[in-house]
Amino acid sequence: MSAVFDVLNLKKSFSGLTVTNDVSLSMAPGDRVALIGPNGAGKTTFVNLVTGNLRPDSGEVCLNGETVTKIDAIGRVRRGLVRSFQVTRLFQDMTPAEHVALAILQRGGRAGKMFGNFLSMPNVMDEVSALLAKLGLADLMHRRVSEIAYGQQRLLEIAMALALKPKVLLLDEPAAGVPQSDTGRIEQALADLPADLAVLMIEHDMDLVFRFAKRVIVLAAGTIIFDGSPADVTKDAAVREAYLGSYANANHAA
Amino acid sequence: MTLIMNNETVIAKTRQSRTIGRDLTGIGAILAVAVVGYFLFPDNLALLTRIIAIALLVLSLDLVTGYCGVATLGHAALFGSGAYAAGIAAAHYGITSPLLMTLAGILGGAIAGLICGVIILRAHGLPQLVLSISLIYLFHEFANKASSWTGGSDGLSGISPDPLFGTYEFDLWGQTAYIFGVFLLLSVFVLLRVLVRSPFGMLCRGIKEDPLRIMAMGASPKITLIKMYVISGAVAGVGGALNAISTQVVGLDSLSFTQSAEALVMLVLGGTGSLFGALMGTLVFMLFEDYVSAANPFHWLTMVGVLLIAVVLFAPKGLYGTAAGFIARRLEKRT
Ligand SMILES: Nc1ncnc2c1ncn2[C@@H]1O[C@H](COP(=O)(O)OP(=O)(O)O)[C@@H](O)[C@H]1O
Ligand SMILES: [Mg+2]
Repeated sequence: MSAVFDVLNLKKSFSGLTVTNDVSLSMAPGDRVALIGPNGAGKTTFVNLVTGNLRPDSGEVCLNGETVTKIDAIGRVRRGLVRSFQVTRLFQDMTPAEHVALAILQRGGRAGKMFGNFLSMPNVMDEVSALLAKLGLADLMHRRVSEIAYGQQRLLEIAMALALKPKVLLLDEPAAGVPQSDTGRIEQALADLPADLAVLMIEHDMDLVFRFAKRVIVLAAGTIIFDGSPADVTKDAAVREAYLGSYANANHAA
Repeated sequence: MTLIMNNETVIAKTRQSRTIGRDLTGIGAILAVAVVGYFLFPDNLALLTRIIAIALLVLSLDLVTGYCGVATLGHAALFGSGAYAAGIAAAHYGITSPLLMTLAGILGGAIAGLICGVIILRAHGLPQLVLSISLIYLFHEFANKASSWTGGSDGLSGISPDPLFGTYEFDLWGQTAYIFGVFLLLSVFVLLRVLVRSPFGMLCRGIKEDPLRIMAMGASPKITLIKMYVISGAVAGVGGALNAISTQVVGLDSLSFTQSAEALVMLVLGGTGSLFGALMGTLVFMLFEDYVSAANPFHWLTMVGVLLIAVVLFAPKGLYGTAAGFIARRLEKRT
């Protein structure tokens, strides 16, 4: 299948420290890729470069064959490249329904509508209810975000991303900060992602990675040191080296 | 499942009817205050009309500051532009119909809003504040220099609006102007209630809290805020036009830093981010100012200062915000 998402020789350094070092990867619709690596490996920076939140020193990003390196973050979202954040960024005074409704309207270019109210837009609200129900948030949809649990906020992040109907979805540690007992719901949400969506997930929880990903990419010190099947990743000497070498520190840092 | 959905629909419906209830309460409250004011100060309708004009300025400021988080100390630029637009239309072009003058004010305010928005929104925080202050001085100086149009420091006179609907004269008693003002305020209030609850209003609240998150949804904070600035300009322009129509002169003070700063003070006093707060802040500040400056012309500024410090320290959400929070907590306890 042809690629929906291509990254070519991406490079970025912060005042001399190279954080992304010649990273290339390609994804097709339906791909389930996990991006792993010790803390500080440059995973979040990679996402920021790809989404246009950071400007790379060199390299290209392509979506559906179109080079978007010079297009800003908003333009990339509109072309189907959507991300979630490592730490949830939600609007504390708004309800889940409002979050998702806003995303749905934005997808149709109607978020700037100056009259009417979500609650009186049956088409939008039907989609909102369906999406939130799928993620198990139906009975919280009219609460304020500040009143719902962190695990549910993480699910809402996923719901917002899905409401934009992306072609490529980048999930930055979707289960970070969620108690172990609550990760099941998130894992279910990940398993239920649309089949033709290309998903790149950054995650530390290796159980989750193995159950989710068909392909694992390991980043260490800004360089891809492994790109292959989950079955092979634990056997790879370089990966072991990188992980074992920094695992103690990484665990403390995390 | 169906049970939950039904339950949710019920919650949604109650919310909806509650907001409509609040709208009606708001309209009722404005009308009630207007009627009470009319009977309390029958000889000073000019003051009440001025309060309405300034309330429109403060509402307009609330749109960009309260709802969008833009820091500005130059918002009278929009109000003054509306006032001059209405005044110039009447004095130089013979457009003396009060409705057309109001329209001119809306246009003038909106254009000033566009100019100020494009410039102010280039910066954030302190630099943004400095830009807004520079802008109000530039507007002021421009109006001062263009004296053949604006009358400069003498003020723009020769504004004599036609009777409203051809019947009601804008006379010395100021009845027509007052009723016209109340009508304008109500119309603007209703439109703004719709606006702040719309998806656009929601987007603005989102931008205030986290613009990066809004960008990650594919919406442009910049364009949204500029639109809001234009709307804000139109609202301030209504206020400016009302002032021009009712006083029949436009002075440089309508375009001043002092007026901008006072508007911000009134907004903070009432509570940012709510239309009721803006209205309440204006009313309390201007009545207090009027009363205290008459009762004690030497120390009234000190008293205004003390009032403000008390509000900021003890009711940081403003008079309305604090009162609303208090009532909400009481209601919650009861249920
Ligand atoms: N804006 C920045 N300025 C300077 N250094 C940064 C910046 N962002 C990230 N870094 C550095 O880049 C490295 C990689 O960070 P990050 O991409 O967050 O790693 P990861 O997500 O893999 O844990 C870290 O050493 C971090 O300190
Ligand atoms: Mg990270």
